[in-house]
Parts: sequence; C-alpha cells; structure tokens
Amino acid sequence: MTFLLEPFQYPFMRTGLAAATLAGITCGLLGSYVVLRRVAFIGHAMTHGTLPGLALAQRLGFSLFGGAILANLATAFGIGWMSRREDVHEDTAIGVFSSAMFALGILIMARTKSYRDLTGLLFGQVLGVTGGDLVWMAAAALVVAAALVLFHKEWMLATLDPGHARIIGLPMGFLKVGFLVLLVLGVSTAVQTVGAVLTGALLVAPAAAARLVTRRLPGMMALSTLIAAACGAGGLYLSYFVGLPSGAAIVLLCAAAYAAVHLGVSWKESR
Amino acid sequence: MIFSYDGHAPAFPPVIGPVLIARGLTVRYPGAAEPALKEFSLSVPAGARVALVGSNGAGKSTFLKAAAGLLPVESGELEVFGLPVGGCRCRVAYLPQQPEIDWRFPVTVEDLVLTGRDAHLGWFRRPGSADRLRVRRALERVGLAALGPRPIHELSGGQRQRALIARSLTQEADLLLLDEPLNAVDAETRFSFGELLAGLCREGKTVVMATHHLGGSGEEADRAVYLSDGHESDAPCEHPEVPA
Repeated sequence: MTFLLEPFQYPFMRTGLAAATLAGITCGLLGSYVVLRRVAFIGHAMTHGTLPGLALAQRLGFSLFGGAILANLATAFGIGWMSRREDVHEDTAIGVFSSAMFALGILIMARTKSYRDLTGLLFGQVLGVTGGDLVWMAAAALVVAAALVLFHKEWMLATLDPGHARIIGLPMGFLKVGFLVLLVLGVSTAVQTVGAVLTGALLVAPAAAARLVTRRLPGMMALSTLIAAACGAGGLYLSYFVGLPSGAAIVLLCAAAYAAVHLGVSWKESR
Repeated sequence: MIFSYDGHAPAFPPVIGPVLIARGLTVRYPGAAEPALKEFSLSVPAGARVALVGSNGAGKSTFLKAAAGLLPVESGELEVFGLPVGGCRCRVAYLPQQPEIDWRFPVTVEDLVLTGRDAHLGWFRRPGSADRLRVRRALERVGLAALGPRPIHELSGGQRQRALIARSLTQEADLLLLDEPLNAVDAETRFSFGELLAGLCREGKTVVMATHHLGGSGEEADRAVYLSDGHESDAPCEHPEVPA
C-alpha cells in the first residue's frame, strides 16, 4: 500500500497529477465538440502550433502556459487570415500554417542546442509544471467549463443544425471564434502535460469513446471528461512506476480506453 | 428578461392581410452572374397551403430561402407578417430540402424538437417545464409521441420531416416554408404528411411548399404557383386540378 502511495509523497508528482487532471478535464469537455463538429484537424493544428511559443518561453524563461497561449492565438489568427480567400480552404491553411509554426518551434529549439528540452516540449514535461502554471491552468479549465455550460444550447444548436441556428439569428461567427478561443485555452492547458505532438489525442480519443456509449450530449461530455481526467492522472501515475514518458503514457491510456469501448460496443452489437 | 439572438424582442404582430407578400422580387445568390428569381410577385393569405411548382433552377427554393432570411433581396419587396424579412424570426420555420442537421448527433427526438424554443429563450435562459410540455404536445400532434426519448438517428425519412414540423410547432411558427418535403418519400408517407399539413392550415398555420410536381389529386396544396427560369409561368397541362 505504501508502495502505491509513494508518488504522492513528492510535491512535483502532486503538482503533476493536478496538471494532468486539469488537462484531462478541459480536453474532455472540449473534445465532445471537436468530435461532433469534425474539427479534429484544427485541434491537431493548434497543438502543433504551440511549439514556437513553448520554445520561446523555455528559452527566455517565462511561463510555458503563456507561451502556448500566444502561439495558439497566432496560429488561430494565421489560419483565419489565410482562409479569408475563397480559393484557400481552411484545411489547406491549417496544413500550411501549423506545419510552419511547428518548424519554427524546432528552429528556435535548435538554436538552444538542447534536444532534451525539445523532447520535453514535443512529448510533455508534466513534472516541470510550476505552482503558478497550475493556477493559470485551473483558471483556464474554469473558463472553458463555465462557457460551455452558459452557452450550451447555442453551441449545441450551432453544431446540430447550423441552418436553423442561422435562421433564428444565432451569431455563428461569434460562436465559431468563441469555440476557437476555448480551444486555445484547452490546448494550452494540456500541451505542457502531454506535449505538442500528443495533445490532439487527448482531445479526440476520450470524446470518441464517450460518443459510442451515450445518447445525449451532456452525458457524452461528462463521460468524455471523466475518461480524459482519469487517463491524465492515471497515465502520469503509471509512468512513475513503469518509467514511460508521461505524455506517451497518458495518450496510450486514452487510446486503450477508446479501443476497449469500441471493441465492447462492437461485440455487444454483434450478439 | 430576454436577451434575443438578433437584438430584437420576439415580434408577434397581429395578422392583418396576407402573411407573405412579394412584389417584383429579384434575388441573386452571392457571386452569381444572373439572379435566380426575377421580378416575382406573390401574396399568401393566412391559413393557405401554397405549392411552388417547377423544375430544378426554377427559383422556388430561392424564394423560400429569401423568405427565411437566408438570401438577401436584390430588388423588390418581401414582407413576412407585414414586416421586412427577419422582423419576426420566431414565427417563421424553414425546412430545407437537405437540412444541415447532423442526424448522428447525440440528442433525442425531444431534444431536437426542444431547440424550437431557442428563438424565444435567447441567451442565458434554459428551457423549463412549460417548454417541455410544448414539446410533448407537438410530438403528439405529429404522431411521434412514442419516439420522443429515442435518438434522432433512429428516425425514418418521413419521421424526420414530422419531427421538424413538431419543432416548428414548438417554435410557435405560423408560416412554414418547406423545400421539397415530399421528395423521396413513399406514397403513404406523402399522403399522411399532406393530411398533417392540411390540419395545420385549418388551425391557422400557413404553408408555402416547393415541389417538383404535385400529387395526382392535388391534396397537398390548395393553390399552385408555377415557376420556370426564375419567373412565374403558366400551369403545365398535367396539373389542371389545382387552381393556379
């Protein structure tokens, strides 16, 4: 028993577990809309686009969370600016801009000649989360949760039936930008824990698993959040004992949860 | 207090005269070289069931979209309940030919129909027991009461149309704009849907429906307006039974 509680003795593990749980909560909540709006590609673009912000923050010694937010905002603005032209589709803009941002991040890290740091940014360095980061991450999680509750019926209608939403006068542009802002907050919360490469999986896999076994959106969001938070904390806990990189352990747990639900549902349907 | 989506309180002006009036209406899709509807005029009284009949590109869907506020009016006049388009969004329901609804979305039929209340609730307000009562009554009215708790992906084509009509009833819409509602449905569904619309019109609702062709007996509309190439045209000889 003492052996199992051992990780909790260390302050860095307690902070890390709190950060991983918060990352799971924000990604689990937002993931339902990412899956239902079929914008997983935007989620991946945002996570990759955080790298230059993280790299600059690391190099100049300011908050990684702040760096991630700035880079994410630049990514969202760049994609929006590029896709203003009718002959440039949004997925094209995402492909070009997020790759460019990712490459810029690698370039900044190459200048520091620290490939250990680069690995941490790419695949997560949850144990480097500070108390200050944790406060910002908790505030971001709170804003995401509050916005999703407050505007639940509007976001649901805009996703379920955009045509009807437009007719009754819902401001679709405002809702789209608002969702991107929440995504910026969510990804910035998770990217330090899970890494710039792997955060996309935390957004998509738990929500995709929840989608298979729920009939209503609130249930899907609740289950997705539960799976993501459990995988966040569980992955970090597991990585302590097994010696895996924490980001990889978290994402592998998410993928295992999805695979288990998928196989279970398929087996039930085949009976 | 209602914080409505378009900044205006829901308007319920008394119906004096026609519900829908178009005078010399010209509508063009954004970026299109030619208008899709040209100099079109129409007057629809309350309780009428009007069919806009024509082939693809005739302009019938364009008219419905303009009346729903989805396309801008280039010239002419278009009034709904005596107000410019968009002046009373709550009272207008539009069912497009191919709704943008994600039928795999995790909601029940009741949830879908409940979205009809959103225009009345506006920002920040949540539906209450009175709203849910309206949903149950609307589902009973269209014969889907038993399917309320089921996921929407379990509905058949005809049931989907009925669910959307139930939503328009929940919305308290008095003008229903239906784009090809009877496309790709079997004869039995077509007949029962026609009966449902007739019943709604007897209760004072007004229906304007776009269709490629009318059923043989003309039971789906009490007036037909024929369109061709964006203009009103004469009735073809195969539809003599519906007054034009």
